Amino acid sequence: MDMTAAILATVVTAATPLLLAALGELIVEKSGVLNLGVEGMMLAGAVGGFIAASLTGSLLIALVAAVLAGMAMSLVFAVLVLGLRANQVASGLALVLFGVGLSSLAGQGYVGQSLGAAWRLFPESWREIPFVGPALLAHGPVVYLSIALVPLTVWFLYRTRAGLILRAVGENHDAAHGLGHDVVRTRTLAILWGGALAGLGGAYLSLDYTPMWAENMTAGRGWIALALVVFAAWRPWRLMAGAYLFGGITILQLHAQGAGFGMPSQVLSMLPYLATVAVLVIISSNRSRLSLAAPGSLNKTFHPPA
Amino acid sequence: MTITRRTFTGLAAGTLAAAALGPRAALAAPKVKAGFIYVGPIGDHGWSYQHNAGRLGLMEALGADVATSFVESVSEGADAERVIRQLATTGHDIIFTTSFGYMNPTLKVARQFPKVKFEHCTGFNRAGNVSTYSGRFYEGRHVVGLMAAKMTKTKTLGYVASFPIPEVVRGINAITLAARSIDPEITTKVVWVNEWYDPGKEADAAKALIDQGVDVLFQHTDSPAPVQVAQERGIKTVGQASDMARFGPDAHMTAIIDYWDAYYIERVKAVMDGTWESKDTWGGFAADMVHMAPFNPNLPAEVVSMAEAAVEGITSGKIHPFAGPVVKQGGEVVAKAGETISDEALLSMNYYVEGVQGDLPA
Repeated sequence: MDMTAAILATVVTAATPLLLAALGELIVEKSGVLNLGVEGMMLAGAVGGFIAASLTGSLLIALVAAVLAGMAMSLVFAVLVLGLRANQVASGLALVLFGVGLSSLAGQGYVGQSLGAAWRLFPESWREIPFVGPALLAHGPVVYLSIALVPLTVWFLYRTRAGLILRAVGENHDAAHGLGHDVVRTRTLAILWGGALAGLGGAYLSLDYTPMWAENMTAGRGWIALALVVFAAWRPWRLMAGAYLFGGITILQLHAQGAGFGMPSQVLSMLPYLATVAVLVIISSNRSRLSLAAPGSLNKTFHPPA
Repeated sequence: MTITRRTFTGLAAGTLAAAALGPRAALAAPKVKAGFIYVGPIGDHGWSYQHNAGRLGLMEALGADVATSFVESVSEGADAERVIRQLATTGHDIIFTTSFGYMNPTLKVARQFPKVKFEHCTGFNRAGNVSTYSGRFYEGRHVVGLMAAKMTKTKTLGYVASFPIPEVVRGINAITLAARSIDPEITTKVVWVNEWYDPGKEADAAKALIDQGVDVLFQHTDSPAPVQVAQERGIKTVGQASDMARFGPDAHMTAIIDYWDAYYIERVKAVMDGTWESKDTWGGFAADMVHMAPFNPNLPAEVVSMAEAAVEGITSGKIHPFAGPVVKQGGEVVAKAGETISDEALLSMNYYVEGVQGDLPA
């Protein structure tokens, strides 16, 4: 395989779980809610998807199960922060711990099991198309779905009435309430959507990326997804670029090491984070634009007027 | 104490085992309480999984005489000290701390609890009530290095490495020396992932190595992800810490298995008899602390018989994986022909031998 195509193929797979989870979180944060529990929801999706795949053998059912598992976790969060008006940061962190424990417990009987062949969307013969075949056409359907979701998210947020209401709720929940919009319902739906995409991102790991269930297998990708949302200043296209940049640097540094570049591996491992910091500094240099970007009611508890 | 979910199951399993042995055993209180601290989840199918297998072996061997509990996924910082202290204050007679980074917390807590026995895995500092133990995994790596030399066509071996500590560097060197003793043209490429356990990143590292021409892959990380990648790409590989054959039925040649059961049984029995004393144990094939997993039936018979002969040679002491000549990158001779590298030098190994590509991270 051509080396560039090989690298590109792994970059795409490395970016996909990040992109999915971050796209979901972007909608949640646009509605004014900060859900730090992405890691926990991803783990629920990973284990839920894996169990469903082992039991039924159907990857479609597995993906549905992963989405439902992620949504179930996010529903717990929604009840806490919207129903009981609990602190969003604390509830999100609790959701991570809950997800880690629950997924390990649920997956206990599935450790060490392997799934069959990976799921590919396009026929095998397409992979022989030079460059494009191995790099872009050799993936499972979740990869293409994650890419398609980027323009869909843009369209939803900026071209639909529901998207407008969502952003209004996120910018100023009191004003949106005053105009007669149901803040709690809007946010509940956004949180559920975030859970669904995080679950899907987790399932991509356990069904396609490394087709197995292993405890804590997300290994911090949920946290990276959270950082990506800020990195992208709450913009979907920039989010996609960030996910691919992050995946790209991770993969490139592994290749650089294999090729024997005389650079300490720790520095190379640090590069993706350095890049994130660098971009944040650049964005922040224009303060007016950054302050416009963050939803105004983010992480504020909504108390409806009596 | 921190009652994690696992601690509960551990204690519950102990009770069940006691019940299964009948009323006489069930009535007797356990003579020894043993605590275990793991760095990863026991479901990692690697390092922690194998230590937990040792704990289960201990429970099976000693039955109602021993009660065990464990805490998993304990990070190597301040958290470890807290967990070790909690095990010490809750009546554990012997505590096994199973990761290098637990060394200082173990010693600190041990000073405060002189009656409790501590066993630290992979460390080098001992005290009156702190023993150290580890396995000579490099003996297994010598065997698989020889096998790799017979199986490689590209003459390029790959190593998914965790952290640049002597244990891992020793593994890289053991494989390279063994392989080059058969074919001096063989080289080893190394990728450091700076994690013990991140299946996704381990898989990415494996893919990067294979894309660069590696056709026999080794790993010094704890998940079976690299084995899966090797299977998918049709190359050969070796499992780490536990038998990972099911993740790569064709790719998996064998695995170097950490086998702790015998050691755990011996040490807990010593506590019962009152004969426990602080010592250092570094055992390989001969001490039954390292095993080879069953060899893949699709391997050529001559490769298997060569591997078996190597295991036998190391066990009897005829073969030493670090027998000279050992030459550093750059040409400096560490051991001449006829010499072997001392244990002390092995334990502080901080250089690559000739044949390893790239520079060792400082």
